[in-house]
Formats: sequence, C-alpha cells, structure tokens
Amino acid sequence: MINLVSRADELLESKAVQVVIGYEAGSTGKARPAFITDPSKTGSLIFDDRCVQNLAVYLTKKEVRYFGKAAIVATLPIMRSIMMLISEQQVFAENIVVLGVSAEGKYIDIAGIEVMQQYIATCDLGNPAKDQETLAMLNKMSTQQKFDFWQKELSKCIKCYACRQACPMCYCTRCAVECNQPQWIPVQSNLHGNTDWHILRAMHLAGRCISCGECGRACPVNIPCHLLTMHMADQVHNYFNVYAGTTDKMSSVMSTFEPNDKESFIQ
Amino acid sequence: MSEFEPKVVAFVCNWCTYAGADLTGTSRIRYASNVKIIRFPCTGRIDFMLLLKSFANGADGIIVSGCHPNDCHYTSGNFHAKRRWIMFKELMDFMGIDMNRITFSWVSAAEGARWAEVVNTTVARIRELGPYVSYKQMVNTAVEEEVTND
Repeated sequence: MINLVSRADELLESKAVQVVIGYEAGSTGKARPAFITDPSKTGSLIFDDRCVQNLAVYLTKKEVRYFGKAAIVATLPIMRSIMMLISEQQVFAENIVVLGVSAEGKYIDIAGIEVMQQYIATCDLGNPAKDQETLAMLNKMSTQQKFDFWQKELSKCIKCYACRQACPMCYCTRCAVECNQPQWIPVQSNLHGNTDWHILRAMHLAGRCISCGECGRACPVNIPCHLLTMHMADQVHNYFNVYAGTTDKMSSVMSTFEPNDKESFIQ
Repeated sequence: MSEFEPKVVAFVCNWCTYAGADLTGTSRIRYASNVKIIRFPCTGRIDFMLLLKSFANGADGIIVSGCHPNDCHYTSGNFHAKRRWIMFKELMDFMGIDMNRITFSWVSAAEGARWAEVVNTTVARIRELGPYVSYKQMVNTAVEEEVTND
C-alpha cells in the first residue's frame, strides 16, 4: 500500500490533517486500528484481508476528535458510514479526508464528497453475499422455527453492548437502553431483556444500517445480530427503494414518509 | 379449567379511533369486552416498545388504530406511524414473533360499527390462536431466573 502510506505521510507532513485513522498489524496476527499523528510512523499502515473493522466508529469519539482533522482509510462500508454520519450531522465533511480503498484492496483517490458519492454509486450496495444466503435461509423458515432460532441465539447474549459500541451509527450519548424512566429494556441479560434489546437496536438502525456487519463481528458470543439490521436494510430497500449512506444529504427513512408507501396489512 | 378469554390491548389515537370507539358505545353496539383501550395523542406517538411491553405483561393480542391516511389531526403522524409499522412488521416476521396477534387498522371517528368489527374479528382470531404461550414462556423463564438468582 505504497500509495496509502505516501498519501498519509503527505497529509500529516503538510499538517492538512492531525491524525490518520487506519489499520496496523496487531500482536496476535490480527489487524488493529491505528491512530497515527507522527508522519514518521505512517510506515506501519497496512491494508489486507484482515482489515475488516469499520473505522468510521472512531470519527464520533471524543478522544479522536480531540486530535483535530482526521484522514481515514475507508472501504465501501466505511465510506457509506461517513455519508450517514455527515447526513446526520455528526461529523462535518470539511473535517475529514478519505483515503479510499477499493474492494480489491487498491488505493483510490477520493478528492471530496462528490467523488465519494460517485464511487459509492458504482458499487453493489446490497448485503454481503454470504449474509444474503443466511437471510434467505432464515426467511424460508416458519414463524415458530424463526422464533426458536432467535431465542436460541439471543439466549447467549450477555448484554455487553459490543454490537452497539462497534456500530458507527450507534453514537447516541444516552442510549434508550440506559433510560430507566421508563425502563424500556429489562436490565438483566435474560431472554426477555436480550430479545427486547435486539429488537430495539434493529428498529433504531432501520434505514441507517450500512450492512458492514461489524456488530456481528464484535459480538463475543457470536450472535449473528448483524442479520437483524441487514434484514432491515434489505426491507428498507424493498419498501422505500433507499440504500443507506449513498449521499451526504440522506433524509432519515424512519422520520420521513411518502403518502403512497405501500403496505398490505393495515385494515 | 375455564375457557380461554383473550386479553387484547388497543392503542388508539385520541382524534379518530378513540372517538370512534366512543361512538360505538353511544350507538349501543355490543362488542367483545376483552379489549383494553389505551388512548394516545396520535398513532405517531405509539412506540414499538409499548407493543412488546404489552406482550410481556400478558397481552395475547394487540390492536393499533388511528386516523385514516390524510385525516391525521397532526397532518402526518399516521404516515410516520405507517412507515414504522411496515418496518416493525418485517422485523417481527423475521424474528418469529406472531404478527397475526397484532391488528393494525384505520378507524375514523364516524366508524363506530367498524370499531366493533375490528375488535370482534381480532378477539375471535386470538381466541382461535390461544394464549401467546411462547412469548409468555420467554418472559416467565426470565422472571424465574431472577428469583433463583436472588
């Protein structure tokens, strides 16, 4: 990734940005996020198959904002996350430099939001193929089978909220799950509380999920919770013909409407 | 054991369905007494968590009803609600929570007879489906766990 490194170097050297958010090799053979502020250290930046984490989650974090302007290594899901964050006015376009990486791992020059928008428009925005298969398999099940499947999966949940912390779209400083007046979600990590939590999370991400699958990867007990939000993303496209994170001026799907929204279940 | 009497919770909007249900009463139309009506300012106010809460607290069925599209007192509350229910229904279907137990309907203030019909058909359907055992079991296991942990 000579281009990536030299570009990061150039940006830090010219003080165009104060921090570069990217990936570096971790101690256990995995890639970990890197926050590089010193131009001499950009050599540690890597990009390969191990670099799957959605780095956009750091853009809204106080500790990262403290650095100032940021350059961020961005694959398609990260670009889409950035688009959503700009749309929801959580970050400002002028404070971010995008170091694009294509699906093949090649550096792409993203000179601005318009270029990013054009690049996103050329990509397939559906869910990843292997998740699509699982979704199709689940959709074929009967109601009771689906209920049993999710109850079995959700019974493992320990309510660590890693799914929330890993998600770039879950940036609320006060999450509904922490509200206790009223107590929307039972606090305990029992089946009832777990189910309610995952329903709430999926509903709050409806129309905002950009199908990166980070929540499922972050889960320490391997609950495929990304399937819930990916299903919502699928349905949002199906009903409202919207893919999240395509422009920097997305209007929120769940707080807008079309008078002729199609449905068949309201009597 | 006595016959199963469904518990149905109805979330209705103040301006249309609540007034409609009022009309059912003043018109002396008889309908199933299994329904417990909760009045809301608008269908747009009805949070999906409230539906889950009613199931958790023992409801076997739910009715959500408000003004017909274009008749909302607040112009667009029911359109927002419609989008929310579309997504909610899809999620519930995906997670295997029985959507046959939830009736969504539009009932205006002039449709007293229609309200009686909506309630009667819902109650009849829930009676056929029986108590919502699987959801209650889920909640009960949770409560039992809590007790044993203490």
